[in-house]
Amino acid sequence: MSSIALGQYYPVSSPVHRLDARMKVILAILYIVCTFLCKNVLSFAALAFSALVLILLARIPLRVILRAIRPILFIMCFTAVLNLFFVKGENLLFAWWKLQIYVEGLYSAAFMLLRIVVLIMGTSLFLTYTTTPIALTDALESLLAPLRLIRVPVHEFAMMMTIALRFIPLLSEETGKIMNAQKARGVDFAHGGLIKRAKALIPILIPLFVSAFRRAEELATAMECRCYRGGSGRTKMTVPHLHFRDFAALLLVIGFGAGILYLNRLGIGYTMP
Amino acid sequence: MKEAFIRAKDLYYTYKEEGQEPVSVLRGLSLEIQKGEYVAILGHNGSGKSTFAKLLNMILEPDSGELWVAGRELTSPELTEDDVYALRREVGMVFQNPDNQLVATIVEEDVAFGPENLGVPSAEIRRRVDEALAAVGMSNFAKSEPHRLSGGQKQRVAIAGIIAMMPNCMIFDESTAMLDPVGRREVVETFEKLNRERGITVITITHYMNEAARADRVIVLDEGKVLMDGKPFEVFARAEELVATGLDVPQCTSLVHALRKKGLVIDGEPVTTEECAEMICRALEEHHGKGNA
Repeated sequence: MSSIALGQYYPVSSPVHRLDARMKVILAILYIVCTFLCKNVLSFAALAFSALVLILLARIPLRVILRAIRPILFIMCFTAVLNLFFVKGENLLFAWWKLQIYVEGLYSAAFMLLRIVVLIMGTSLFLTYTTTPIALTDALESLLAPLRLIRVPVHEFAMMMTIALRFIPLLSEETGKIMNAQKARGVDFAHGGLIKRAKALIPILIPLFVSAFRRAEELATAMECRCYRGGSGRTKMTVPHLHFRDFAALLLVIGFGAGILYLNRLGIGYTMP
Repeated sequence: MKEAFIRAKDLYYTYKEEGQEPVSVLRGLSLEIQKGEYVAILGHNGSGKSTFAKLLNMILEPDSGELWVAGRELTSPELTEDDVYALRREVGMVFQNPDNQLVATIVEEDVAFGPENLGVPSAEIRRRVDEALAAVGMSNFAKSEPHRLSGGQKQRVAIAGIIAMMPNCMIFDESTAMLDPVGRREVVETFEKLNRERGITVITITHYMNEAARADRVIVLDEGKVLMDGKPFEVFARAEELVATGLDVPQCTSLVHALRKKGLVIDGEPVTTEECAEMICRALEEHHGKGNA
């Protein structure tokens, strides 16, 4: 149980890993914008190429990335089918009964598929695979800091995230222990109907909640003893600095977006509306 | 006379919870602890030892009596929130369960939590964190995740987190109770080091006799009052009284007492196992010497 992996962070050293987490959040957003800017074959080809370059740069094995795509397989198929049958155009490719498939629909389906895949891959490559959850939390805290002016408790949310990350492995270990204790008393989790199995979970959930609340109280006392009084007046041990490479990466992504816009204007083949 | 670091006079504390009988825990507790002492507070469950520790750090407030810690009167009505903050910076507390004290997901980040709260400049935090981790012998684990460490290691990280705040006094509220013997030894050795090398006042609340035996002074609480107070060997010499309050006597103490009853003459009261072995050897040699003569 102690080997439980938090998030999807893939610990290797790569140029993408080394980028500042705050910059990576911005880059991820810009990259998402880029995927939506793509309109024709050329720009989508450039997008696919950029995704491949990104994978190589981040040094994440392909099978790890495919794992991120698996959960959205259904949405991908659904979108593709929808586009295939419902995008009308001028060049009819195939018709049978009430179904009509146009060349435009085919293109559209392929483009949407590519867009979704790159969208997921891009954000995971910039964020979850190459940035530790804790660095990501800190990055969000400092990026959202201006919201404090309108009284959004940014620091408090970041603190909650950090504590949640800290306690996830602990509580999952505890769940295992409680389950074993209940199994030893003869509780059967594996058999019976849905309702019976749901009922069998009650003797796990109640002790888990009781213990979680007790832990929360003890942690709160311990934090108070360590002079925690919220975000004001706090300093940080590690103050992140933006390096040359961060700005270079920003320029690269902005340049890529401009390139996409240029490719869109070379009206070749089907252009998405 | 020099002002005592901790001065408690006639403290009373009662736990009141709605729908339950109030439980009176401290009943007129008075004691003084000087700066730089290494004190063990012993007592069976419900003797008030943990409650007393919580009063020292203003986690709880006494119902009546007088309590001075580090030159502040904690029982004064004028005490402000800032005073409490300043007190906690000076008197650090380590609790029983290491898991429920660590905040961050990386060891060094957790050690930095206290100084970060105090608003210490970044470079200074870095220096304090490295030094605190070295002091507890956990420098090699600076980048580890707490949930991959052993209990003793986690507790040492929790101690480092307090050291980094540079307190004058550290209170250990049953900090070894959940550890295995190896972890317990690691942590107790850390107490001693803090006291000897840094002059930090160490107060350890425990019910392990062997641990109390290593302190300079032992205070036994019973029924919310001080029952005994003295050097470990003085306290352990009153074995019958200790047993009467529900406490165990260290194994070597009971061994020496049993040997005395059988007629062996042993001088002094051993505190550690090594001392005990030596004393018995010497006593046996003398005994045999007399027998031969």
